[in-house]
Amino acid sequence: MADLTVTEATDGLGLPLAMGDCILSAQAPGTAWLIAPYPGRRAACSAALAPLGLSFPAPGQGLAGQGLAAGGRRIVWAGRDQAFLFGAAPPEGLAEHAALTDQSDGWAGLRLQGPDAEAVLARLVPLDLRIGAFPEDHVARSLLGHMPLLIQRTGPETFALMTYRSMAGSAVQEIGHALKAVAARRRLG
Amino acid sequence: MSGGWRIPGRGAGIDRQRPLRFRFDGREMEGFAGDTLASALMAAGVRVVGRSFKYHRPRGVMTAGAEEPNALVEIIEGAQQTPNTRATVQELYAGLQARSQNRWPGLGFDALAVNDFLHPFLGAGFYYKTFMWPRQFWERVYEPIIRRAAGLGSLSGRTDEGAYEKAFAFCDLLVIGAGPAGLVAALRAGRAGADVIMAEADTQPGGRLLADLPEIGGQGARDWLAGVQAELAALPNVRVMTRTTVTGAYDGGTYGALERVGLHRADPGDLPRECFWRIVAKRAVMATGALERPIAHPGNDRPGVMLASAMPAYVNRWGVAPGRRVAIFGNNDSALATAQALTAAGVQIAAYIDPRPDVPALQDFPVYRGAQVVGTRGRMGLHTVQVRHADGVSEVPADALGLSGGWNPTLHLACHMNGRPEWDARIAAFVPRDGMVPGLTAAGAAAGGLSTAACLTDGARAAATALADLGLPVPEMTPPGAEDAPYGIAPFWAVDAGGRAWLDFANDVTTKDVAQAAREGFASVEHMKRYTTQGMAPDQGKNSNVAALAVLADATGQSIPDTGTTTFRPPFVPVSIAALGAGGRAKGFAPERRLTSDAQSRAMGAPMIEAGLWYRPSYFPRVGEATWREACDREVAMVRGAVGVCDVSTLGKIDVQGPDAGRYLDFLYTNRMSSLKPGRIRYGLMLREDGHVMDDGTCARLGEGHFLVTTTTAAAGQVMRHMDFVQQAFCADWAVRFASVTEHWAQFAVAGPRARDLLNTLLDQPVSADSLPFMACQPVTVAGVAGRLFRISFSGALGYEVAVPARYGAALFSRLVEGAEALGGGAYGMEALNVMRIEKGFITHAEIDGRVTAFDLGVQRMLSAAKDCIGKPASERPGLMDDARGQLVGLMSVDPADRIDAGAPLYAADAPARAENWQGHVTSAGYSPTLKGWLALGFLSNGRARHGEVLCIHDALRGRKLMARVCDPVFLDPEGRAMRG
Repeated sequence: MADLTVTEATDGLGLPLAMGDCILSAQAPGTAWLIAPYPGRRAACSAALAPLGLSFPAPGQGLAGQGLAAGGRRIVWAGRDQAFLFGAAPPEGLAEHAALTDQSDGWAGLRLQGPDAEAVLARLVPLDLRIGAFPEDHVARSLLGHMPLLIQRTGPETFALMTYRSMAGSAVQEIGHALKAVAARRRLG
Repeated sequence: MSGGWRIPGRGAGIDRQRPLRFRFDGREMEGFAGDTLASALMAAGVRVVGRSFKYHRPRGVMTAGAEEPNALVEIIEGAQQTPNTRATVQELYAGLQARSQNRWPGLGFDALAVNDFLHPFLGAGFYYKTFMWPRQFWERVYEPIIRRAAGLGSLSGRTDEGAYEKAFAFCDLLVIGAGPAGLVAALRAGRAGADVIMAEADTQPGGRLLADLPEIGGQGARDWLAGVQAELAALPNVRVMTRTTVTGAYDGGTYGALERVGLHRADPGDLPRECFWRIVAKRAVMATGALERPIAHPGNDRPGVMLASAMPAYVNRWGVAPGRRVAIFGNNDSALATAQALTAAGVQIAAYIDPRPDVPALQDFPVYRGAQVVGTRGRMGLHTVQVRHADGVSEVPADALGLSGGWNPTLHLACHMNGRPEWDARIAAFVPRDGMVPGLTAAGAAAGGLSTAACLTDGARAAATALADLGLPVPEMTPPGAEDAPYGIAPFWAVDAGGRAWLDFANDVTTKDVAQAAREGFASVEHMKRYTTQGMAPDQGKNSNVAALAVLADATGQSIPDTGTTTFRPPFVPVSIAALGAGGRAKGFAPERRLTSDAQSRAMGAPMIEAGLWYRPSYFPRVGEATWREACDREVAMVRGAVGVCDVSTLGKIDVQGPDAGRYLDFLYTNRMSSLKPGRIRYGLMLREDGHVMDDGTCARLGEGHFLVTTTTAAAGQVMRHMDFVQQAFCADWAVRFASVTEHWAQFAVAGPRARDLLNTLLDQPVSADSLPFMACQPVTVAGVAGRLFRISFSGALGYEVAVPARYGAALFSRLVEGAEALGGGAYGMEALNVMRIEKGFITHAEIDGRVTAFDLGVQRMLSAAKDCIGKPASERPGLMDDARGQLVGLMSVDPADRIDAGAPLYAADAPARAENWQGHVTSAGYSPTLKGWLALGFLSNGRARHGEVLCIHDALRGRKLMARVCDPVFLDPEGRAMRG
């Protein structure tokens, strides 16, 4: 029994933050394992992930678990030969083909939702996030201002954002500034 | 028009129901919503708006657009002021406060107007010749005086606290300019389904249509515009950005653009003042129109002289008459059309003057053919125009004079990637060539098509080209019919009639200056520009560029195309540094990294210091401690005597896994890591490829193919990058992967003789000295949480580092501190940590500053002879293993009370403190409460052979001088009994 209280990365940061027609809220990544296949083992990793209803994602791809057993499991591309497995422990046999690192506590998760979500992110993220260029389930490693960012579009007007846990305060502050400015424009009609 | 300057029934751009009060130079005035400051000033009868740069001549509004050279004002907002704001761009708002600039004491009487009388001595280059002697007077005397006398507006001197914004945008097609060509292009591309951004510098789309009100497709211009705007607004794929000036063209289809967001509002609220956009477009249509150019004639800078094309703009958009009797001086058909249009609008044309002998003379106003304006009169505003014609010189009473020397396509953006435009004799102007900026096509007037019909047709064509490039269907489109009069022009640049004829109004450059530059050998256009400063003012030569080089061509006997243009560079209009740097003020450029213990450390009163982006507690003050030293000394004593707790999570932690992990680490570290047994830790050194020390740290073997590398806080990113580079460049096929876990683990040093006692209160399975020996590690359960325990010490005391997932960090820190305090210890900060590591001679990046080798540190033996590693060959270069190099030593002040400071230089005891006697320097220093004296680490030439020698530390910078004894860098417990115990 854990005798230590849990502090989430986004505790005390004043979330959720609603401004204009957007809401920024905390979305803790939960169980997160970084899976890094050894050279030539991507297919083997996919095979090992099959029991979870997942496969190793292509660059820029996020996959949700298939089938009833999937239960919120996701695997999300996270860089060169890297993917994050969310919501499940790595399955049996995967360690043979890939380095597995628990990252559940290393990243702060945020969720930005609203018609102006793209406009807010346009102030901070140097990527083309138009839905045509960055459709649902697309993922990218990028920057949020000066902070490292893993971004995934999770809905037509929803993005999941992850940055280093230690930077959560700055991330919320920066997104807050953008929210405020975009909301002020929105008020102009 | 009786009394005021507003024309009843004209001015579709203003709302006469919404008057706005504003102040200019303290005088209260009134304009209307929709006015620019320039139109409001003109409507209020203000003729003199500013004083000129050099001669302090009175100047009035010259243009109706962004190219304005004269009407530059300061906008006052509270304690802030924004200088050099173009009154033609600044929109009026209630309560706006503007001030004229470059005059003293006032606009009407300006003492420095004396310069105007001295003009024969103040021509181009005068200061290069005049202020040569004495040499040192240039910086201290002449330049400050010149800068004060010449100039533009002034800054408040305060930090700009205004909100600014930067943003990114992406599109298939960027349409730059929303005149007739841009509108048609956006419409066609929008109908095709392309993602279109149309950027317009003005407050509304329309361009010249708003000023000239031509008929389009049988409709009035405003009706046609309204229809197009409605259709564009209904297309979800078209984004119209008004008040947005595209300022530069860059690589990869990237364009910079400056948007005025809150600058035109009385109460901007949370709106940023400006937003600097980076727009990435697959294709771009440059529909930027053309800029009319004035003619250089004597006295052409008098208030009341303006661009001919600006006059209908003031009449039709803002309902302001440019004058009661207006003369027009032009060399082209658009000037004549302007005179006709003004007449139709009820403005009295006093004279139309044209150097062409064959202009149709039968007009509703007097026409002077084959004539030139040779002078003007009127001290604070024009009242007479002197016209020379076949029969002599006539004095024509006129209070406004419109100039038109033809039109220059606004091709600046096309030249931003160093493309050169070509001369088009048909319109006597430079036009862009194809392909100057990849993916950008010029259309309409910007491409040299100077009729409304040509713009409409060309905009549709440019859109079709772009759509075809984008692989999109090209919808059928028949551009509406419009005025398509042929454009006749007879090149005419400057009137030769003696007197000063201005080319560059903003920088007070006349035709004489250009001729003089040529005479003095500055005959290349780039030299002429720099010698005369033509084109270097805020308008960047928009009004003067082509005319100046035409005058230069005339002076040098070359053709205009042979003379060429100067280089057009971004930005197209002035961009505030605040907008470019938006988000970077204060801490905006540096996110804060906060430890899991951050809140508690702050609650304990610890001052935080920055370590990279991290914030770490400096010390934890207790009641009764007056200085940081008292807290620091107590914390050191705590660790040496009981137990201390310190958050060390900032140290880089890199998880390395894979069958080839050991092999890879052997290649990375100077020493061997593959031989490490699981559960053991080894100290390691990494070199850069050039052989110098990059970082040091520990490497723990957690399992057979599983290592944990620690780095210093400062070099965590660098080491990670280095590891990536080594793996990708040299051993991409090895089965090894690594990931930063710095953020996942909260890690605390627990150090001191009671460290184990404290830990065992929290560990589910207690450890003993033997169960976990020095430099060993094991998985543990800490208060029910799975963690890791490392027996390592950076303090030299019996030490452990305990790690738990970061979510438990705050709770564990709290428990550890509480437990430590119960044992007579407590939390310790960076100051105490630093003192203790100096006592032990442990290095940080104060020592390994990038210039230091393993040999210098005395750890050359850590370079394994049995294997290769990154940096090894380079480190063995003879010069890097020279005894004369600085070697790591310890230093103790001879009088223990003498303070030593980091950075101080070392000299032989009897040597004067001069550069040639320099022997080394202090890298780290601190007072050791354990050894009751000041200790330091430093580098000393041949230092290892000099232990025992007494040196002089002469810190001239801080004014301190003391004697210190050289010793081994390990001051305390050299055998390491405490940490091994």
